Amino acid sequence: MIEGKAWVFGDHIDTDVIIPARYLNTSDPEELGRHCMEDADPDFAKKIVKGDIIVAGENFGCGSSREHAPIAIKAAGISCVIAKSFARIFYRNSFNMGLPILESPEAVEGIKEGDVVRVDLSTGTIENVSSGKSFKAVPIPPFMQELLEVGGLMPYVARKMGLEVRR
Amino acid sequence: MGMTIAEKILAFHAGKEEVKPGEIINAKVDIALGNDITAPIAIKALREMGVEKVFDPDRVVLVPDHFTPNKDIKSAQQCKMLREFAREQGLTYYFEVGSVGIEHALLPEQGIVVPGDLVIGADSHTCTYGALGAFATGVGSTDLAAAMITGEIWLRVPESILFVYTGKRGRWVTGKDMILETIGRIGVDGARYMAMEFVGEAITDLPMEERLTMSNMAIEAGGKTGIIPPDKETLEFANARAKRPYEVFSSDEDAHYARVVEIDVSSLEPVVALPHLPENVKPVSELPEITIDQVVIGSCTNGRIRDLRQAAEILKGNRVHPNVRLIIIPATQKIYHQAMTEGLFDVFLSAGAAISTPTCGPCLGGHMGVLAEGERAVATTNRNFVGRMGHPKSEVYLASPYVAAASAVAGRIAHPEEVI
Ligand code: SF4
Repeated sequence: MIEGKAWVFGDHIDTDVIIPARYLNTSDPEELGRHCMEDADPDFAKKIVKGDIIVAGENFGCGSSREHAPIAIKAAGISCVIAKSFARIFYRNSFNMGLPILESPEAVEGIKEGDVVRVDLSTGTIENVSSGKSFKAVPIPPFMQELLEVGGLMPYVARKMGLEVRR
Repeated sequence: MGMTIAEKILAFHAGKEEVKPGEIINAKVDIALGNDITAPIAIKALREMGVEKVFDPDRVVLVPDHFTPNKDIKSAQQCKMLREFAREQGLTYYFEVGSVGIEHALLPEQGIVVPGDLVIGADSHTCTYGALGAFATGVGSTDLAAAMITGEIWLRVPESILFVYTGKRGRWVTGKDMILETIGRIGVDGARYMAMEFVGEAITDLPMEERLTMSNMAIEAGGKTGIIPPDKETLEFANARAKRPYEVFSSDEDAHYARVVEIDVSSLEPVVALPHLPENVKPVSELPEITIDQVVIGSCTNGRIRDLRQAAEILKGNRVHPNVRLIIIPATQKIYHQAMTEGLFDVFLSAGAAISTPTCGPCLGGHMGVLAEGERAVATTNRNFVGRMGHPKSEVYLASPYVAAASAVAGRIAHPEEVI
């Protein structure tokens, strides 16, 4: 179960906004996290509290394929992203690296900045604790569910190849 | 039911007779590509798994093109990681400064990607190779890592949208104008999760370089790939450079499309995409006076020899406006050399342009021409998002090499006819 405060953004939030290219000379998660959403809100990374949730409109994560985008979001302390829709590569990347994302246009319409939101990933239920309204996310295809269950693509590949992930 | 070219290529690589949109498949990749930004994360993942060898050293391609020649210590470290990995693995296709080019210009030029291929690249503009009749798509670093290990990728078979281009292009209308117009019509998520297929007489008419420009920007409409079924032009291009034998696929007559979009190119004019989305497309002739500070001609979208020739056509005998910095970046070493031999450098230098060694550089606000607060640039690149070329309060206008060169001379966004 995830619970956090909602930070609301509009449509077509691209990966250059999520993590500007000027910071891509590193792949260090902590450093990327410090610049998360910087070009939309320069103080975002400082303002949020661990566990907070990003709520956005259509086509979240469009643009470049940089995995630094979901990495920055995760490292900044965001627990999950709820959007009306996601751009394709961002969608893949999030599952591959285990950042929970949920698609639900109704939930996005029904959440204001600052609302407290509770998410049950196993059922896809999104609850706006502040307003008392509840929403259902678009179901995740079985294959993607399997990815989430094993913890992402690398553990999945490791299991398939009989390898062990060393972290 | 027939299949589209995209479905056929995916079925072939998944070892299946048939695939259907929505199905998730596991497919063999012909090429797995990474660059100096995305490959380090993949290499780390490989190390963490204790994997000693990539699946095939001929099919894992590493191109350090974004922050090269190394722009600072951190990027130097990232490039070093690629270099050492490439040596250790004995990769056939690793390109060092002096032979490197922007990946999506380089791979087709070198014949590393061929028609019928399934290519995944940890770079969103991997879709460029669709112009060769390949299924090519951008993925993240973890996907790249998995493909480097297994030689396979999981993919959701996309629906296809058919774009039919009819009519004959006007004098100044290029592939760039055709794709910008397309994105303007369907929007930046108009082809989300889908394969775009480009056909029609105006595509048959289009030289390979401008086809590559079109496929390059499929991602700007949210597309998974932007594919052009091979024809005579494709085969001539491929035969002159292919490093491997290849297979040609085409769509069946009764293939199913989610949507068909028709565009008559004879009514098109040179267009520009205004900040901050590639879908904000307007004909140059309808714009108010927009003064500019910088022009960039280059990138994987428009940094090929044909683009440079088009820019030179406009710049010949002209001077860059005193308030404008014109930066020209040939996309590969070969193009750089060719432009020099053809005398294009003479035109560019006489006009007052700066010429850079191949790099992505300013396209992503990396180096070699980053914008300050409030500055405006016309660029032949593919993205005009907030902060894409520098300061979050700078602006990028996307255009063809013709319009970019004309604007550099005029000091404001201009139609080629105004300066020629
Ligand atoms: S030129 Fe620009 S769009 Fe193309 S690969 Fe480089 S950074 Fe990406």
